[in-house]
Amino acid sequence: MQTEINLRVDGTDRQVTVDTRTTLLDALRERLANTSPKKGCDHGQCGACTVLLNGRRVLSCLVLAVTAGGKDVVTANGLAPDGELHPVQQAFLDNDAFQCGYCTPGQVCSAVGALDEFRRGWPSHHGDTELTRAEVAERMSGNLCRCGAYTNIVTAVQQAARA
Amino acid sequence: MNAVGQDMVRRDGPAKVTGTATYAYEAEVDNAAYCHLILSTIARGQVTDVDVSAALALPGVLTVLTPGNVEKLAPTDDAELAVLQDGEVAYRGQIVGAVVAETSEIARHAAELVHFTYHVDEHDSIFTTDRDDLYRPKAINPGLEPDTSIGNVGEAVRSAHLTVAETYSTPMVHHSPMEPHATTALWQDDSLVLWESTQSVHSVRTDIAGLFSLDAEAVRVICPYVGGGFGAKGSPHGNVVIAVMAARALPGRPIRLALTRQQMFAIVGYRTPTIQETTVAADRDGRFTALAMAAYGQTSRIKEFVEQTAAPTRMMYAAPNRATSHRIAALDVAVPTYMRAPGECPGMFGPEVAVDELADALGIDPIELRVRNEPEVDPETGKPFSSRNLIACLREGAERFGWADRVAGARDGDWLIGTGVAASVFPAFTLRTTANIRFDHNRYTVELGAADLGTGAWTVLTQIAADALGVPVEQVDVRIGDSAYPFASVAGGSSGTATWGSAILTAADTFRDKYGDDPADGDEAENTFIGTGFEGGPYATYAFGAQFAEVRVHADTGEIRVPRLLGVFAAGRIINPRTARSQFVGGMTMGLSMALHEHSVLDPRFGHVINHDLAEYHIASCSDATDVAAHWIEEDDPHVNRLGAKGIGEIGIVGTAAAIVNAAHHATGIRVRHLPLTLDKLLAGLP
Repeated sequence: MQTEINLRVDGTDRQVTVDTRTTLLDALRERLANTSPKKGCDHGQCGACTVLLNGRRVLSCLVLAVTAGGKDVVTANGLAPDGELHPVQQAFLDNDAFQCGYCTPGQVCSAVGALDEFRRGWPSHHGDTELTRAEVAERMSGNLCRCGAYTNIVTAVQQAARA
Repeated sequence: MNAVGQDMVRRDGPAKVTGTATYAYEAEVDNAAYCHLILSTIARGQVTDVDVSAALALPGVLTVLTPGNVEKLAPTDDAELAVLQDGEVAYRGQIVGAVVAETSEIARHAAELVHFTYHVDEHDSIFTTDRDDLYRPKAINPGLEPDTSIGNVGEAVRSAHLTVAETYSTPMVHHSPMEPHATTALWQDDSLVLWESTQSVHSVRTDIAGLFSLDAEAVRVICPYVGGGFGAKGSPHGNVVIAVMAARALPGRPIRLALTRQQMFAIVGYRTPTIQETTVAADRDGRFTALAMAAYGQTSRIKEFVEQTAAPTRMMYAAPNRATSHRIAALDVAVPTYMRAPGECPGMFGPEVAVDELADALGIDPIELRVRNEPEVDPETGKPFSSRNLIACLREGAERFGWADRVAGARDGDWLIGTGVAASVFPAFTLRTTANIRFDHNRYTVELGAADLGTGAWTVLTQIAADALGVPVEQVDVRIGDSAYPFASVAGGSSGTATWGSAILTAADTFRDKYGDDPADGDEAENTFIGTGFEGGPYATYAFGAQFAEVRVHADTGEIRVPRLLGVFAAGRIINPRTARSQFVGGMTMGLSMALHEHSVLDPRFGHVINHDLAEYHIASCSDATDVAAHWIEEDDPHVNRLGAKGIGEIGIVGTAAAIVNAAHHATGIRVRHLPLTLDKLLAGLP
């Protein structure tokens, strides 16, 4: 079954026809040609598809596109309007916090979401009140990186938090 | 103005942090169709009937590919690539069909509607060392002798002061790059364009052109970015053949095919489980009198790949008596392949734990024990080492890590604390590659079909080219990842930078010889670097390293943490410290992952990996690896190659697991000889 939805993607209103089974991730990648969010597992296990939905980080492979109608979607590409890198992106670049780059847009969106959650006082399992390395790592542990850039990712997120 | 050695930011960085770098599935094409694979649900037998009627009745389905109902491929030795040529099933998860449809949702739905009838044969997928059909392979990867022997190990053991003779094992593990294997394929006007996630655009082109009886010129393979490979994308697998069949069935229609994460556990290779019967005998002073490993692994019945598990035992330490062997079980299982540091990664686990056990039994510091057994020359070939700085790595690592402060029985509240060390090694060699250099509008364009899997090739090759041409990096455009460029070797074997860099040096010489320092627009030169091949030259060429781990084990729960991992490497000239550090740290992090988590569990009843996703096949997460540090010593090796670079992509994973297991022993007194090091193996023995 096809249905038409409206999405605001990276600041632009988009109208798109989707299968009711289509995930937000596939709607972005296969119908809107926005390939910034990546598909690593399609089961919410790796974090590569992370985007910001109405400002909160979500796994877009676990969101049905039809439930995102009328909402605001920001991908990693949308964090850098006109090519101006977001502080998180700049910190990833400065600290070489990636290698192959496939998990990176998801890591970046996740970090933006995680820093916002921390500022709002949302607790984590780790429970530090400061953004220690362990606290950042806990909050970023939903985003897998097979290249093993974690040590630099933690440093980058800490740098971005100070920006 | 040397660019080599500078801390240069990745050239592909901005595209990667914004997600605008395009991977294979994301190639910009119009009106794509989507292909979904169907895998066998039996481990051995034949497809006897396929009912595609329900699938074809689904609106939006374009075609269904089934055994015998596809174009005939040219004969090939590689049974993995001969997909759908007949109905034979040799392992569970083998490709038995595919659906092409207007959308990915329809393709996936229709794949479920294709009904297969099988004749089921009994299968055998149990890997043990007491099978009566183990065999000695003709050669082991990458073409080495399966068995070697010098002196008499048995006699040396009988007269030794102390011998550690233990069996160690590493489980089946999967590469699991974050980007699932993917292809966008377009067949149009009798030519084929493949956007393919691969470590070697040229080998994909050669294999595909051969299978489909096409001129190589009619096939173009494009791959500017690879979302991780680790060997799984080193040579093409059956999925790309299906993508090409689908594209040729629908001329003019681009076909997108991505594997699901689950499918990746069946059809793109894995590291064989290994069993390592390891012997280290020593005299009273800790000098090794014998070193031996009998290594066992598995392969698929339809294609042989033999992990060279005992290869590092042949060259790592001195000992007058030595022996290695490899025995293989050919099973009804998926096809194994090379995975990051084949041979060295699993094969340095047993020996490096055995050396630790021996040090413990002798009461000698494990670093000192390794120093005492440093060979003068490569013990088996007699070749001199081009450079060998293992001791320097151990000493520098000990200093940085604070090794001298280690105490047995350390405790911090409920946490038992220990430290461990292990050595790393990986061979350095170069392959054949051609590079082209063109001058235009005061810029130099350097082209070769190399690949950047996250290694930093885009960046380091730019640095090498700038120095080779004697110009600033800003004046150089390196172009890689396209078979339209000159032939380049695979991004594998830690040979990429040294090989491709050497080719650029060679081409730059030719360019300057022809045109001098003041070339005209359009001037162009090309040359080929031959490389050493896997056999190497007159020197034994290896990178070395030392890894140090701190392990904490919770006294009540057995929870295992690795708060600190430190590696020091001697790997020749480092081209870019920033990307090099990430390579080392990344390898070590994957080694930590192997040590603590990774285990593909094969259910022998069904012949497949049951934990085939990232929720059940655990890899290290961010919280596991917050302090992984790598350093290196300056090493000037004039013999290894003109660039002086040894390769750094794999050595970081070698030895890590042994260092962690040795640290866990130091913390708890419990010796774990079978990876992964999980808490169930510690709980019963905790104080």
